[in-house]
Amino acid sequence: MATDGAAVFAETIEKDQRVEPRDWMPDGYRKTMVRQIAQHAHSEIIGMQPEGEWITRAPSLRRKAILLAKVQDEAGHGLYLYAAAETLGADRGDLTRRLIEGRQKYSSIFNYPTLTFGDVGVIGWLVDGAAICNQVPLCRSSYGPYARAMIRICKEESFHQRQGYELLMTMMRGTPAQRDMVQNAVNRWWWPSLMMFGPPDADSPNSAQSMAWKIKRHGNDELRQRFVDMTVPQAEALGVTLPDPRLRWNAEREQHDFGDPDWAEFKRVVAGDGPMNKARIAHRRRADEEGAWVREAAAAHAARRREAGPSPSGGRS
Amino acid sequence: MSDEIRHEWPLFEVFVRAKRGLNHVHVGSLRAADHEMALHHARDLYTRRNEGVSIWVVRSDDIVASGPDVKDAFFAPSGDKAYRHPTYYSIPDSVPHI
Repeated sequence: MATDGAAVFAETIEKDQRVEPRDWMPDGYRKTMVRQIAQHAHSEIIGMQPEGEWITRAPSLRRKAILLAKVQDEAGHGLYLYAAAETLGADRGDLTRRLIEGRQKYSSIFNYPTLTFGDVGVIGWLVDGAAICNQVPLCRSSYGPYARAMIRICKEESFHQRQGYELLMTMMRGTPAQRDMVQNAVNRWWWPSLMMFGPPDADSPNSAQSMAWKIKRHGNDELRQRFVDMTVPQAEALGVTLPDPRLRWNAEREQHDFGDPDWAEFKRVVAGDGPMNKARIAHRRRADEEGAWVREAAAAHAARRREAGPSPSGGRS
Repeated sequence: MSDEIRHEWPLFEVFVRAKRGLNHVHVGSLRAADHEMALHHARDLYTRRNEGVSIWVVRSDDIVASGPDVKDAFFAPSGDKAYRHPTYYSIPDSVPHI
């Protein structure tokens, strides 16, 4: 079976078809997939916090409604992804526990604080923009349930980026203080956004295997370049400066040259020593603990209903 | 205590009818304590943007599926029955409407 399975798996990858949950797959593939999907799901859930903090402080009912919808989307994206991870035999509750105990990671970008409402706009523009660059190729990832979840996520992500950019355009038409607020937020989020694509390919040990399995389709550096090239004209249209003295158009390459992010900082933040790591996990742990009684009550209610007999509301519609 | 219970919510598969006249299509799965909660969660999770007019939820462990190991036994026999397809039959071009 294993040898047959291995041949079928190799052929599936070779022919660019999708691997589905009950297919045979190498242990390494399964482990890599669970790790990547879980890390992605955790990022969506932790990613609710930096913007969630601003829902009550957003300056108008319109902005509150938009931000609420966006944060609700992040929750939804996390759940699509946990569901995809569960098709590989992972358990959602167990994954949450691994997150809270620090045994699984999430994107380091969410370990930076959102100091002003300008940050909310910049997160939509740059952070969600970088996420879109990363995620669009994942819609063709070799694992079927992950690719399908990514298609759904990408459809919704575009709203996130556009609301952020629109918010920034509005602030840039405002007072000098509002424009400074936007520029200040851009200065703080630019480098962490570039770090979202991961370390340079040469220092990214898992990349080659993930490319061979067609989990990943592009290298980190290629996607980072694509993001920079997309973002520069958007920054110009907005009227902000990207905080990189080495950033300039290279006519020969027909791409932008740009500086290196501080990879030592990246490693520190990934290792747990960013400005908000402890607060993010403490918040997630508290939400989990404070929600426990609700989950228990719902389970007890469902058990009692089962004992009382079948539900009357069956039937297809 | 809570450690034991928190993972006991069963898994449900969700099917959404995008609009009248179309089949319900599988969109994903979720965890819920019972069918009623599964419907509500499915509404929140899979139809935030007018994706549907009707939802089915089915407990995942109630689904019986053919596995990849029986793929040939199930589906290979239809491979050599070309005569089930209309293009198998040659009809002169001069014959209309067929």
